[in-house]
Amino acid sequence: MEFFSHQTNFQFMATRKVWFGLSIVLMIASFVLLFTRGLNLAIDFTGGVTVQATFPTSADLSAVRQKVAAAGFSDAVVEYVGTSRTIAVRLPPEPHQTSTQLRTRMENALKQVNSGATVQSLSVVGPQVGSQLEKSAGWALAFTLLFIFLYIAWRFHTWRLSLGAILAVLHDPILVLGFFALTQISFDLNVVAAVLAVIGYSLNDTVVVFDRIRERFEGNRRLAPNVVLDQAINQTLSRTIMTKVVTSIVVVALLVLGGPVLRGFSAALLIGILAGTYSSIYISSAIALECGLTAEHIFPSARKAAADELP
Amino acid sequence: MLEYARWKYFLIAAVLALGLLFALPNVFGQDPALQLAHADHSAVTSAETHVVTSFLQQRKIPFRRAYVQNGRLIVRFANVPDQLRGSDAIDGQFKKQYISAKTLVPRTPGWLRALGLKPMPLGLDLSGGLDLLYQVDIKSAVRQILQTYTQDASRALADAKVPVAGIADVAIDGSALPNTIQITLAPNANLATAQRALADPLRGLTINTSTGSGGALIQATMPAAKILARENYAIEQNISILRNRANQLGVSEPKVERQGNDRIDVQLPGVQNMAEVKHLLGQTATLEFHLNDMENNAFEAQQSGNVPLGDKLYTDTSMGIPVLLKREVIATGDQLTNATVGQSQQGPAVNITLDSRAGESMLRTTKQNVGKQMGVVLITKHTETRKVDGKQVTRQVTTEKVINDATIDGVFADRFQISGLTLGEAQDLAILLRSGSFVTPISLVSENIIGPSLGAANIHMGMMALIIGMAGVLMFMALYYKVFGLVADAVLVANVVLLTALLSMMHASLSLPGIAGIILTVGIAVDANVLIYERIREELRKGVTPQAAIRAGFEKAFSAIADSNVTTAIAGLVLWIFGTGAIRGFAVVLTLGIATSMFTSLMGSRAVVTLMYGGRRKIARLHI
Repeated sequence: MEFFSHQTNFQFMATRKVWFGLSIVLMIASFVLLFTRGLNLAIDFTGGVTVQATFPTSADLSAVRQKVAAAGFSDAVVEYVGTSRTIAVRLPPEPHQTSTQLRTRMENALKQVNSGATVQSLSVVGPQVGSQLEKSAGWALAFTLLFIFLYIAWRFHTWRLSLGAILAVLHDPILVLGFFALTQISFDLNVVAAVLAVIGYSLNDTVVVFDRIRERFEGNRRLAPNVVLDQAINQTLSRTIMTKVVTSIVVVALLVLGGPVLRGFSAALLIGILAGTYSSIYISSAIALECGLTAEHIFPSARKAAADELP
Repeated sequence: MLEYARWKYFLIAAVLALGLLFALPNVFGQDPALQLAHADHSAVTSAETHVVTSFLQQRKIPFRRAYVQNGRLIVRFANVPDQLRGSDAIDGQFKKQYISAKTLVPRTPGWLRALGLKPMPLGLDLSGGLDLLYQVDIKSAVRQILQTYTQDASRALADAKVPVAGIADVAIDGSALPNTIQITLAPNANLATAQRALADPLRGLTINTSTGSGGALIQATMPAAKILARENYAIEQNISILRNRANQLGVSEPKVERQGNDRIDVQLPGVQNMAEVKHLLGQTATLEFHLNDMENNAFEAQQSGNVPLGDKLYTDTSMGIPVLLKREVIATGDQLTNATVGQSQQGPAVNITLDSRAGESMLRTTKQNVGKQMGVVLITKHTETRKVDGKQVTRQVTTEKVINDATIDGVFADRFQISGLTLGEAQDLAILLRSGSFVTPISLVSENIIGPSLGAANIHMGMMALIIGMAGVLMFMALYYKVFGLVADAVLVANVVLLTALLSMMHASLSLPGIAGIILTVGIAVDANVLIYERIREELRKGVTPQAAIRAGFEKAFSAIADSNVTTAIAGLVLWIFGTGAIRGFAVVLTLGIATSMFTSLMGSRAVVTLMYGGRRKIARLHI
């Protein structure tokens, strides 16, 4: 079985302005969504409320959910804790109410399910946790980009490929964030991990293409750069598609079977992998070409060798 | 002919065998269990096992096994509902004797345990439990030490009879918090006398003096290193207090660790009674130093019940004997500024530093009482919730005990040693003293409780995703690459085994994002194989011989595999360093997964392919 029985020969570089345009439109759309709708930040970032309550007999979770919603608590998560007589209700932050007011409201709602219900504890998670998380995620992103820029510049002898890789890699998480703003899927800590992992995977593809560009240039330094780039992308195309299909299989398994905790995480990975495939084919090499990439940048000694051949 | 060095085969075989061994303990699963410990840490005897088991039998609660391990009674159950029923019943019947904790006990067979092999411990999201995140108020720790300096300085100046116009804490050099004591002397004050008086109390501070029109200005600044040391001390102190208390809960493996700059994360697997635990962790402790009453006999007082006037009867916890202490307090714990483990001529000791007021009081007392004994009393306060006639009753409980009783060897003031201890005793005492001294306030910034049924559901879902995802990948690879796909499949399975082995060796706890990391690694590990096989196909299309195609495939794919994996590993390592909790768990798996997949794809798959095609002189065609 093969996706491409013959070597493909798509003209990726010739149409690069179209793809740049598409990417810019998608990124602008993502930013607009981020600023207008915003992310549906989870309790990890915003802080929130947890209520623990006991019932004289086993608590009926669906009845509890219904009464809690009727009492005006939206987005409440209800589950058993320890025994079936103890439940926990998790709520988004309620900044305009004191914990005593929350407690009374919650207790009244639970007493409609069973008059013997009592609230055991109520705790409010402070928002300061989130601000520190945002800071460390920002640093993680900055350091990842810096180290990757340096590594590619070192391995391929040119900042042009580094820049192409970094811009392509920034493009992907922006689209993922845009997707989360659009769908309003809860954005929690796991999603942050997924977004940062997406950077790693997107790079993986880009670097494989770069490796082939290096090899093509080595074989024939006189070929026009846009021809070499097209050849490199075409020659790695079946691998790019194949790897993405396989990775998507496991991510879809996670999305469907992994349960609610991992849903946002797997969605972010899936979107990120799609965006990463696109950007490594259409964006990263094209940017290097725009920056004037030639064989001489990757093989600095070629400059000297060419000079030697002059009469 | 394809060749592959013989030692590489041996290396691969050895790594695989070791990997299988280390990964093996994970396949047996875990039993939900109850762990019963005595409140005073004394060992549970096997005779008690019988009492508990017959009680469970009488209540018709089925259990698997009950035995004593490390002085604690472990009762294993077949499932979580049995465990919960057992827990409720035992708590009702044996509340006074035991501290009970729900836990998970691995079903690893004895011979593996004898080799010291253990499965990965489960994270709280899989085992259920309580996660508390505390924030340490390090600002108040710095403020407090500056205030002590200020008090000492003003007392020293008053003693030296230097008139002072003003003394204040200020922030200089762009510091966000006060870091400097600013003393303005009266116009008629003698600067040299003031400097001499301040030399001792302000030792270690950077002192700047300037003379103005009003009077001399002395600024004493805490160096940044000292502030950092104070902040670290505040966090370490709270960590030791929390760890001490978490251990007293009887939880099987409590985890108390620093998180980031000023946070402490407390993980208590199996704990569900949030309110009670929070009270226990939040209890306050204080210390008092008292002289012993050497004229009266403590044993007599204990037996007769007649405690001499002005005395109080205590029990020395380390000796288990009664002690009579005078009621007069020499110094209290909030006057203690530091307690560290040190060395004396008699071996390990605890170095104690008091503030100047307590130092003076200590000096006065020790001058008159050399050769007599002094006791250290630890007073703890906590709220206790108990069921009385079916109602929850909360009351404040205060316990007082003598933790140390030693002879005064000489005259001392604010710095002294408690010696005659073993290293372990010295460490414990330093922790206890610190926990009874000024404690930097902490606040609970986040708490998370996961029920055991939710944990079990998470394990189930994670494992399902892993099995289905992996089966999909294995099938797809076999279809797409035929024989070579099967090689890739074998390599993939070996990769999961090696990754599991590495994680077990590191004793990294497995969380749901960690399982996601393993699943993802399966997807990623395929990539190296795909790169190699696509290259082989390419070479075959060029018309080279199968053997040459295989060789070229492996060699030419190497640089792409190496570079692309290094860049992904950079992202993984940065996440590992910056991430906390779940993110770090994911990053650890991701990074290790890259390492194992490089090994299995480059070395393992080459070995298998060479074994298959290497010996044959002529191959008609490759099934790829």
